[in-house]
Amino acid sequence: MSKIFEVPLYPYQRSADQDSATPARHKVVVVGAGPIGLALAIDLAMQDVPVVVVDENDKVSWGSRAICFAKRPLEILDRLGCGDPMVDKGVIWNLGKVYFDERQVFGFNLLPEQGHKRPAFINLQQYYFEQYLVGRVRQLQAEGKPIELRGGNKVLELSQDETGADLTIGTPDGPYRMKADWVIACDGAASPIRNMMGLDFVGRVFEDNFLIADVVMEAEFPTERWFWFDPPFNRGQSALLHKQPDNVWRIDFQLGWDIDREEELKPENIDRRLKAMLGEDISYELEWSSIYTFQCRRMDRFHEGRVIFAGDAAHQVSPFGARGANSGLQDTDNLAWKLKLIIDGKSPLTLLDSYDAERIHGADENILNSSRSTDFITPKSEMSRIFRDAVLDLSERFEATRPMVNSGRLSVPCTYDGSPLNGPDCAAMPDRTRPGSPLVDAPVPGGWLLDRTGFGFQLMTIDETAPDVVDVDGIEIKRLALATADDADGYIKQRYLGDAKSAVYLIRPDQHVAARWDHYDETAVKAAVLKAIGR
Amino acid sequence: MSALNTQANIKGPDEFYAELLSVHEGLSKAESDALNARLILLLSNHIGDRDVLSQALKAASLKD
Repeated sequence: MSKIFEVPLYPYQRSADQDSATPARHKVVVVGAGPIGLALAIDLAMQDVPVVVVDENDKVSWGSRAICFAKRPLEILDRLGCGDPMVDKGVIWNLGKVYFDERQVFGFNLLPEQGHKRPAFINLQQYYFEQYLVGRVRQLQAEGKPIELRGGNKVLELSQDETGADLTIGTPDGPYRMKADWVIACDGAASPIRNMMGLDFVGRVFEDNFLIADVVMEAEFPTERWFWFDPPFNRGQSALLHKQPDNVWRIDFQLGWDIDREEELKPENIDRRLKAMLGEDISYELEWSSIYTFQCRRMDRFHEGRVIFAGDAAHQVSPFGARGANSGLQDTDNLAWKLKLIIDGKSPLTLLDSYDAERIHGADENILNSSRSTDFITPKSEMSRIFRDAVLDLSERFEATRPMVNSGRLSVPCTYDGSPLNGPDCAAMPDRTRPGSPLVDAPVPGGWLLDRTGFGFQLMTIDETAPDVVDVDGIEIKRLALATADDADGYIKQRYLGDAKSAVYLIRPDQHVAARWDHYDETAVKAAVLKAIGR
Repeated sequence: MSALNTQANIKGPDEFYAELLSVHEGLSKAESDALNARLILLLSNHIGDRDVLSQALKAASLKD
């Protein structure tokens, strides 16, 4: 049986554009059909923005690659209509163990907070993730939404002026040209588009190699994340074991800098490592192996004229903390509604500057966290190793130092503090839902808060009256009325009211809070909407 | 903001100093370095106050 990632999912088909006398013009061309490109295209198509996705390949990702998806991206996928298959297939986990040398130092429980539709994390192979997104694309096409996916289409050349970009696309039938009002580069860390444009991508290089071995095995290990510092089977390095669906286990060995890649990737050498780790008598099938190195870096700006960058093309982090794909999905969440407003002529081009401001803030947060994790996992000096080992040794006996143990600070949603789009705050209300924050989910009558928001601006009122619809210069703000009388478990009060008696929240199309007040004031709401759309 | 106490604060300074040295007796340089690191981490956690810790880190570096 072929593996899912060996079967062409969107094989090359000749498009009408290739026979057009003059280059066809598209609203949006997304380059790259990975998780980020597909999510962005789905988001745009659901808002009736015509979008063409091009990718030089025609299959889902080779091997499992990204495997850990956090709650906020799952909520974004719910908005895009494809959260369920991901969560149904994914492995939910909360427990982790940390080992040092030959001993278990401690175990932890992520203790997921109650009152959320989605779990804190699921593990799911990237190929499933992409497969479900492609499934969603097909569903949207069947509904007549303007979305096209072109496999075997490689961007060869790109140039742009103030009104759009000219693209030359290579195909098995030879090259063709097309034009686009907007090009979104979701073409990964090695972004050919970024290179064609000669844009910088600088940051910190980490001199280390990691071997990933994804193995299929019937194992008794529990659904936990196990992390080893300096274990006997990989002296002086680290290792990770984590479960994925279908009895696939992610095993990650740190190798150090001076290695022979070809030698390390030989199945007999991987076998030797796996047996040293899991015992001589294990039986497994090696599904995928790869050696990776990483950098922590980002672009200076995430858009240049009519070309916008998202995901790894714009920023790159170490894998510790699952901050790659998770942050890329937050890029698309942030970008799609802004692009829609600009294309509809409701917002000025400068709204895109807020995409840079907000997502560069997110990228810097991820780079900081992932650099710190890497410095703990791979101490860069003798003294940093002494302190690292001291933290681990103490943690076996005392709770005191356990919070310092850093095997990856797992992705949490980004709050856009200081964003130019943020409006007024109300001090009596909880800090976690201040302007710039993503909504915190909560049960509401008939379902979940997050399922009742998204795509348009909304006015969420709690124990306060307001018009059902407010029109601000052609932008329709619908009301979502909540009442503490329906809030038996107190989640709405705890997460949105705090010490306030009533509340009015202006919610952005990406489910982030734009502004909040303790009463409805039409003038204030209108001003906050205009600010949030960059006018 | 709490200030780092840089006045003498330990009763029986000679006894404390002797005890501090005694825990290092018979240890290799690497073992002593490890013990010192554990001691710093435990004491830092006990102090807890981030301002005081920052002042102590600065004071210990003997720079202005």
